Amino acid sequence: MIVRDIVEKLGLKVCSGENGLNREIEGGYTSDLLSDVMGNADENHVWVTLQTHKNIMAIASLKELAAIVLVKGYEPEADAAEQSNEEGIPILSSEEEAFELTGKLYEIINQAK
Amino acid sequence: MEFKFTIEGGNFSKAGSASSEVKKILKQLNVNPKIIKRTVVSLYEAEVNVVAHAFEGNMNVDIDTDKIVVKIEDKGPGIPDIDQAMQEGYSTATPQVREMGFGAGMGLPNIKRNSDQMNITSKVDVGTEVEIINYLG
Repeated sequence: MIVRDIVEKLGLKVCSGENGLNREIEGGYTSDLLSDVMGNADENHVWVTLQTHKNIMAIASLKELAAIVLVKGYEPEADAAEQSNEEGIPILSSEEEAFELTGKLYEIINQAK
Repeated sequence: MEFKFTIEGGNFSKAGSASSEVKKILKQLNVNPKIIKRTVVSLYEAEVNVVAHAFEGNMNVDIDTDKIVVKIEDKGPGIPDIDQAMQEGYSTATPQVREMGFGAGMGLPNIKRNSDQMNITSKVDVGTEVEIINYLG
């Protein structure tokens, strides 16, 4: 399963980092607390959050996450989008809330395993 | 090998950049990925603490054949009660910092979990030094 697959299956908007759509996804983590993600998310995870500032990219880069998915139609701030393009870690956006989106991601990622 | 990075207090747009540099160096040295992951988590948390609480700080990295020793020292308010600060959920972060998703009181516990040894010394109104040691063996 790659990032492009979840974009297509869930109709996600690609806000930035399009060059990373072939990154492999092995799981996911949903949280808005940065230290929680830092301590518990893992490499190749998609991260579901409502945080849109640049620090989400610092975390995605340090943890080597597959992609970030913003909920409720949120868009990344300009400097976050810029770093996402530079590092090739996509920031995606969904109109759905975290609960629904996480449920769907969980299902399709586990089906692919 | 020794490296030194500066950390700017209050500048969240640069938070994580020192940790990111150290990660690159550890990768170049072919350090075990599991040890890199643990080290990166602990360094990021220590770096964010300087950004969120202090005026300025340094990250001093000493990589030896058997261990990585990192000292993060800052000029800042210091920690009056280190045992209290180590408790999961305890935080003195401002509301603005919490709104960004920081300040959940998980930083120091994260450092402890992701290091083989962690030492904190602090003087109120002077600053704090956090030493993180991870063994390579």
